[in-house]
Amino acid sequence: MTTVGLSAWGAYAPRLRLQRKAVAAANAWIAPGLAAKSKGERAMANWDEDALTMAVEAARDALGPGDDRGGVDAVYFASSTAPFADRLNAGIVSAALALERSVSSADVTGSQRAGLTALAQALSAVKAGAATTALVAAGEHRRARAASAAELDNGDGAAAFVVSGGDTAADFLGHGALTADFVDHFRGSDAEFDYAWEERWIRDEGIIKLVPPAIRDALAAAGITGEDVTHFCFPCTFAGLAAGVAKACGIRPEAVRDNLGQVIGEAGSAHGLIMLAHALEQARPGDVILAAQFGQGAEALVFRVTERVGAARPARGVTGALADRKEETNYLKFLFFNGLVEWDKGMRAEKDNKTALTTLYRNSDMILGLVGGRCTETGVVQFPRTRISVAPNKAAVDTQEPYRFAERKAKVLTWSADYLTFAMAPPNHYGMIDFEGGGRIYLDITDVEPGEVDSGLPVRMVFRIKEVDERRGFRRYFWKATPDRSAIAAQTAQAAQAAE
Amino acid sequence: MASGIKDKVAVIGMGCSKFGERWDAGPDELMVEAYLEAMADAGIEPTQLDAAWFSTHVDEFGTGKGGTPLSIALRLPNIAVTRVENFCASGSEAFRGAVYAVAAGAADIALAVGVEKLKDTGYGGLPVANAGTLSPQVAPNGSAPGNFAQLASAYRSKHGVSREDLKRAIAHVSVKSHANGAKNRKAHLQKPVTEEQVLNAPMIAEPLGLFDCCGVSDGAAAAIVTTPEIARSLGKHDLVMVKALQLSVSNGYESQFNAWDGSYFHTARIAAKKAYREAGVEDPRRQISMMEVHDCFSITELVTMEDLFISAEGQGWRDVLDGFYDADGGVPCQIDGGLKCFGHPIGASGLRMLYEMYLQLQGRAGERQLADPVLGMTHNLGGSPASNVCSVAIVGREGA
Repeated sequence: MTTVGLSAWGAYAPRLRLQRKAVAAANAWIAPGLAAKSKGERAMANWDEDALTMAVEAARDALGPGDDRGGVDAVYFASSTAPFADRLNAGIVSAALALERSVSSADVTGSQRAGLTALAQALSAVKAGAATTALVAAGEHRRARAASAAELDNGDGAAAFVVSGGDTAADFLGHGALTADFVDHFRGSDAEFDYAWEERWIRDEGIIKLVPPAIRDALAAAGITGEDVTHFCFPCTFAGLAAGVAKACGIRPEAVRDNLGQVIGEAGSAHGLIMLAHALEQARPGDVILAAQFGQGAEALVFRVTERVGAARPARGVTGALADRKEETNYLKFLFFNGLVEWDKGMRAEKDNKTALTTLYRNSDMILGLVGGRCTETGVVQFPRTRISVAPNKAAVDTQEPYRFAERKAKVLTWSADYLTFAMAPPNHYGMIDFEGGGRIYLDITDVEPGEVDSGLPVRMVFRIKEVDERRGFRRYFWKATPDRSAIAAQTAQAAQAAE
Repeated sequence: MASGIKDKVAVIGMGCSKFGERWDAGPDELMVEAYLEAMADAGIEPTQLDAAWFSTHVDEFGTGKGGTPLSIALRLPNIAVTRVENFCASGSEAFRGAVYAVAAGAADIALAVGVEKLKDTGYGGLPVANAGTLSPQVAPNGSAPGNFAQLASAYRSKHGVSREDLKRAIAHVSVKSHANGAKNRKAHLQKPVTEEQVLNAPMIAEPLGLFDCCGVSDGAAAAIVTTPEIARSLGKHDLVMVKALQLSVSNGYESQFNAWDGSYFHTARIAAKKAYREAGVEDPRRQISMMEVHDCFSITELVTMEDLFISAEGQGWRDVLDGFYDADGGVPCQIDGGLKCFGHPIGASGLRMLYEMYLQLQGRAGERQLADPVLGMTHNLGGSPASNVCSVAIVGREGA
């Protein structure tokens, strides 16, 4: 039997962390019961983030700083909040990562366990030899009605894994699944929000009865017992229920991992993968991780951590995502970003955002992959790629090869903060961004506050929503600059050292 | 090298509508207003016109496409009408077309009319529109002030000017133009403002406040040009002659190649050098009597003083604060209030600038008349600092 497993992982949580206290206080007049949920914070997507953009960020974290991704031959995108019901979301992920066109891709959706299901499928595919390196990226951006408990319980986030054979960071040991049409909640294909049944029934007739069989099957497939599990990852918003499931499976209580509910919230179908990624960041070689998630039955996967886990640790991971945070106490901003308030956008917002799909396809490597050109004669790098080179002293013709900008370091050359243009998070910052190694692009700058941007600021690229076409239900994606906070921190530390 | 346009064409008539929020007028009425003044000034009949050039920028909101809007509004005698569009430099483009037609001998007398009807959108500021199908998918979500404000960040970091000093310098740009605009009955904005008002105005695009932005106006302007020989045969004397007409257009060097630093207009420097050569100007700071430049935003005017080689690089802000460009300064600039206060009906602006130079050269500028101007320069820019078209024109007295 071939050994397969997790060779790399990555994670992402949006920088904004909505303070639950602020939500509970704002809703106390109508839903005083929410006070019980007013502890901690939940990750809150910026207006230009969705399940897909977050999954792309997690995937970039997993794939590392290099941009040679030729080895990836399968992509699974998992979400219950994918932006498109009929357009291959995994295809957008693939284009954003500038993967080869020969890659096979699939969207896995329809249940809160979709993330683990996608991972199970990727493991099967690699094990069967149908793929050599599979990327699994799950993202979730769940919407809930204002003043609902779900609004506080949920959190936005993403995780990604690279599945391959050979020497991995965690070897795959076994899989168990159970399928039952137990409808704890549902969302019809044309509905905006979930409709949920009574919690006590979900707990007593659903989770506690349907999850343990899947876990036991996974343990049996792995040839181990619950006792052997050192990390039990089980997303669940019911207090103490993860411990109950563990007990039912013979898993020691100390193996039950923190579900990150106080720092991220529950990121739906991505959450099992987020907890798995977090476990890998804290695990030691030899540890056994069991990740399970509920959803019309359950999915359970067992891994054994190897000596390579330390070397495989991503630049950000869950640990880094938790650290890169900005407290948000403005509940109204959250409502605006999630389309829960009809607000006065002004006439400038009436601009038609219809996207020419022909133009999009013709320029898809430029728009989705941020691929420009490099002149093979002069070495001059430019964006976009053109037939005639921009080099003023040598406008060579047809000499450009594709050149990827997304993973390059960059700096702000010019900028402004625009209060006039319609923006979901005014003022809109944008400027000319100069890349290390050449090339420049005039770009939006996201995740910044007034006063943060100046000439010379180190930035990195992020894949974001460019525009939402509300009339047609389409959304455009493009790349934006955001402060490279690790580079800025390094600069600050260097300056402090020099001052000493 | 081409022999150039110097002294080949004379301006014999000009007109300009009242600029502003012309709730009373559509584009047709604005064009007629400018045209009738120009025709009366030239003292000719419509049948004497051989061809016309017509400039308007925002055809989606204002006037429409093609040559027909002008021909129908003015009831032109079925002559050639060419509509031109080159961003905010469209008006200069119309003038260029008419002048070149006369210089080529293709027309004895040609008409240039520029118009823009901006105030039919329902909101303040310039109309929001998509440019093609690719740009909206990649270009930043910005506005004209945000695009031009980029200059300020680069100028500050290149020349080590503090935000406060630059803010004060660009405030003076606007204070000066308001003072000039107060003497112009056709101007959109005719109230003087103080430096404090400018500094404390609401922020539009960092660091540009409300008073750092020009007026968004309705208006039209017109010019009638012919050869000096025909001008004299029509009884004209003390002719206003075209000395230089240059246009430089970005080719991606600024926006795609890593050399331009963002603090100046690459095209303006090229167009200015060529215009000085064409007009035989060797020392612009001394020889240019007055200027109308494209002060869409205060920072644009400030860096333009350097791009036109009137101020030394990095010193423009000091010259501005010293009052060098005030009405009583070394090279008075924006005597009519500029885009800032006369207003900026896009397709008309290039012609409006020439209108002021023409009036000044003829001594007809009323209470804002300068003493004995010889050469007047107009600088008309369109696009954004990183990608633009820049027109520089020089007009002057015969023999200058």
